[in-house]
Amino acid sequence: MEDLLREYLPILIFIGLTLGFAILFIAGSYFSAEQRPDTEKLSTYECGFAPFEDSRSQFDVRFYLVAILFIIFDLEVAFLFPWAIALRDIGLFGFWSMIIFLAILTIGFAYEWKKGALEWE
Amino acid sequence: MASLWQGYALPGIIILLQILAVMLPVMISVAFLVYFERKTLAAMTLRRGPNVVGPFGVLQSFADFIKVFFKETIIPTGANKVVFLAAPILTFVLAMIAWAVIPFSEKLVVADINVGVLYLFAISSLGVYGVVMAGWASNSRYAFLGALRSAAQMVSYEVSIGFVIVTVLLVAGSMNLNDIVEAQRTIWFAIPLLPMFVIFFISALAETNRHPFDLPEAESELVAGFQVEYSAVPFVLFFLGEYANMMLMSALTVILFLGGWLPPFDVAPFTWLPAPFWLIGKIIVLLFVFIWVRATFPRYRYDQLMRLGWKVFLPASLLWVVLTAGVLVTFDWLPA
Repeated sequence: MEDLLREYLPILIFIGLTLGFAILFIAGSYFSAEQRPDTEKLSTYECGFAPFEDSRSQFDVRFYLVAILFIIFDLEVAFLFPWAIALRDIGLFGFWSMIIFLAILTIGFAYEWKKGALEWE
Repeated sequence: MASLWQGYALPGIIILLQILAVMLPVMISVAFLVYFERKTLAAMTLRRGPNVVGPFGVLQSFADFIKVFFKETIIPTGANKVVFLAAPILTFVLAMIAWAVIPFSEKLVVADINVGVLYLFAISSLGVYGVVMAGWASNSRYAFLGALRSAAQMVSYEVSIGFVIVTVLLVAGSMNLNDIVEAQRTIWFAIPLLPMFVIFFISALAETNRHPFDLPEAESELVAGFQVEYSAVPFVLFFLGEYANMMLMSALTVILFLGGWLPPFDVAPFTWLPAPFWLIGKIIVLLFVFIWVRATFPRYRYDQLMRLGWKVFLPASLLWVVLTAGVLVTFDWLPA
């Protein structure tokens, strides 16, 4: 436990240091530069005319599909990481279990492909 | 009192100095990288590039920085203020802390954790939050569209990067970055895993939103994508983050495929130079390729980009993972 903490402590200090640095940086500029806001300056930029509506409107469902696909494959990668390291210890059984798992995922991927979830026009 | 000093304060100060010794050079090299990029692009398009501030214009980036620092920090009325400011901070912090595990030589590393690759993978996955937060909080059409595109692009290429990393892990047998470098003493992984090296590098271009995959910024249509509403220091933080990420992806490519801090040949004239020199030299070469690509290739269309990510790189890298594992198991070449 002690060693583990010792290994990760620099990262924690690093996070704190960069966070402090970034905040100090923004604050330093905010207080040293002249701030003179007005309505036009603070309005949303839209090439010269006032925006018609709130920009957080509907968007293409494909982005959602990509996100779902990403979750599946990223989990798969997370699953592959320890497998790759331990492949020597788990032997042929471990190897074939992962191949079967990958095969099932590939079937899903092929289905996705055929259904056209990966098409963007 | 003495034990407190010996036990906590002194190691604390050493860690702090180590961190500063990594962080400050990274930030200063961003300034020079921008200069290098502008000069290289200028040379490739037969222009002069920056040549006024300082000898040959080397101080241009610092002049730009001072100018931007004294600009007004604009937070749009429609924006969600906290998230709007948190996004650049997050991007910057993530781009910096990833450097904690990069080994500059066998000993020169801030945190020599044994899951270094996993840590880097996690940090680069988190990078997408900065973009999404910025795009959503700005409450601007351009920013929103840019963030959507950027997020979809980054996650798409994240997957193939993951598979490529798994291939390297299979061959190296460790997640510690120093061990991965050591495993390349006989041969750099770029040679036996050449297709993976190519996929990784192209994915790194997409992951850092660089040309030819710079659709999130696409000046001609989205005017700057997710960072269109940013000014002054928040913009600088995005900029620093983006370029630090570019260097980080180059460093990762070097460590995974090009032998990290190892000299190209383990013989006399090459071994005279110290290890960090080799790492940094290789990073500079890759950064040059980043810029070269920018000067050479036209921008991809979004459907082409997604097609490349999902229909070419993903199946190819998945297949290569299975192939590598199969070969290693069949011939009993697995690393001990």
